[in-house]
Amino acid sequence: MQQIFNFIFKNSHRLLFLLLLVVSLVLTIQSHSYHRSKVISSANFLTGGVYERVNSFREYLNLKTQNDELALENARLKSIIFNAEDTTSIPKIDSIKGVDKANIIVSKIIHNSYNVYENYLTINSGSADGVKSDMGVVNSAGIIGIVDKTSKNYATIISILNVKSQINAKIKKSNHFGSLVWNGKSTGFVQLIDVPRLASVRKGDTIVTGGQSVIFPENIGIGTIDKIYIDNQTNYYTLNVKLFNDMTNLGHVYIIKSKDREEITNLEKKENE
Amino acid sequence: MNSALLVNMARFILLLAAQILVFNNVNFLGYINPYPYILFIILYPVNGNKSGLLVSSFLLGIIMDMFCNSGGVHAASSLALAYFRPSVFKFSFGLSYEYQTVKLNDSLTPERFSFILISVIIHHFALFLLEVFRLNFIWEILLKTLLSTIFTTIICIIIIYIIKPSKR
Repeated sequence: MQQIFNFIFKNSHRLLFLLLLVVSLVLTIQSHSYHRSKVISSANFLTGGVYERVNSFREYLNLKTQNDELALENARLKSIIFNAEDTTSIPKIDSIKGVDKANIIVSKIIHNSYNVYENYLTINSGSADGVKSDMGVVNSAGIIGIVDKTSKNYATIISILNVKSQINAKIKKSNHFGSLVWNGKSTGFVQLIDVPRLASVRKGDTIVTGGQSVIFPENIGIGTIDKIYIDNQTNYYTLNVKLFNDMTNLGHVYIIKSKDREEITNLEKKENE
Repeated sequence: MNSALLVNMARFILLLAAQILVFNNVNFLGYINPYPYILFIILYPVNGNKSGLLVSSFLLGIIMDMFCNSGGVHAASSLALAYFRPSVFKFSFGLSYEYQTVKLNDSLTPERFSFILISVIIHHFALFLLEVFRLNFIWEILLKTLLSTIFTTIICIIIIYIIKPSKR
């Protein structure tokens, strides 16, 4: 017994190091799996509060671009309303197709990140506003990411610039599906992989979200094809997609609350049982 | 409460604030950020409490992780630096460093420069290795480590010069 105590006292420094190292490595490994630890995320009172303050200053710097963007979107929505065939019919809005199928929560990005391989954004609305995990996040130009963790007033988003993110997408004109991933190289480009060779693709074609996922409604813009090459191992097309969004400069976002989602996930759960 | 403890606490909070508010937003060339918050570990008193250094480095790292959404990456790399600090001291200043009065925040000598450089390399390599966590990105890890090390070292030296106590 005496010797055990002696050993502990003699090596207390090293043991403390090993203990703390194990804790931090566990947190690290957890953070690299898809559903991360709840403890260490920026969706909490302290970090959310700090980022909100910082952002309220930074907002002034790009008020002009934000205003331009909102004005453009207003113009687009107005044109849809004015061009409606019958003034009594409900206008069909392309980017949020099926208004009756989804609710929209307006929110604001208070912390943006794009310089690491696993990027997360923080927004200033949380479970109190109805935000839940796995909801889609878009803005006027296109998709941004998927909600990850929520706290009462804040939430974190897995950006599409995250090597872990994988989103169902398709080529707008031909309906061929693929998975949207990021190779971690450039903030302006993502990759659409596993597109079958049968698909006719051309540079400049538009890529939109596919209808297979319950997170995003169909036909939300993502980007245009920039480069086409064939994967040597799988023999499928890999498309380099130039994003509509400038992910380094984001402001207001919309969170999509799909009404069918619960029904579909419940159905699929039953199927698996 | 002695003054050394107060100075350390002030350093802890100020460096953390500077890192989060200023240096995390540099994004030089799109992805290179300096991490001068590790100056806290570098400037910790040579003969200070070793376990205290380990615990405070861990706290420093975990708060950084909270703000960066990065799990335990900063905590692990800060901890590694804190643990290997005595060995780096031995390497840079010779075996008898404990008996000398090594003062880091003074004019730059080759010993001090090598100490800061090696500390920064240890921290950054551990940081990017854990952050990327994929061995097929090894060249990107090394490139990031190299560029960020240059950046961080320069900023650390500038900060040391700025906060250098005035000569009596």
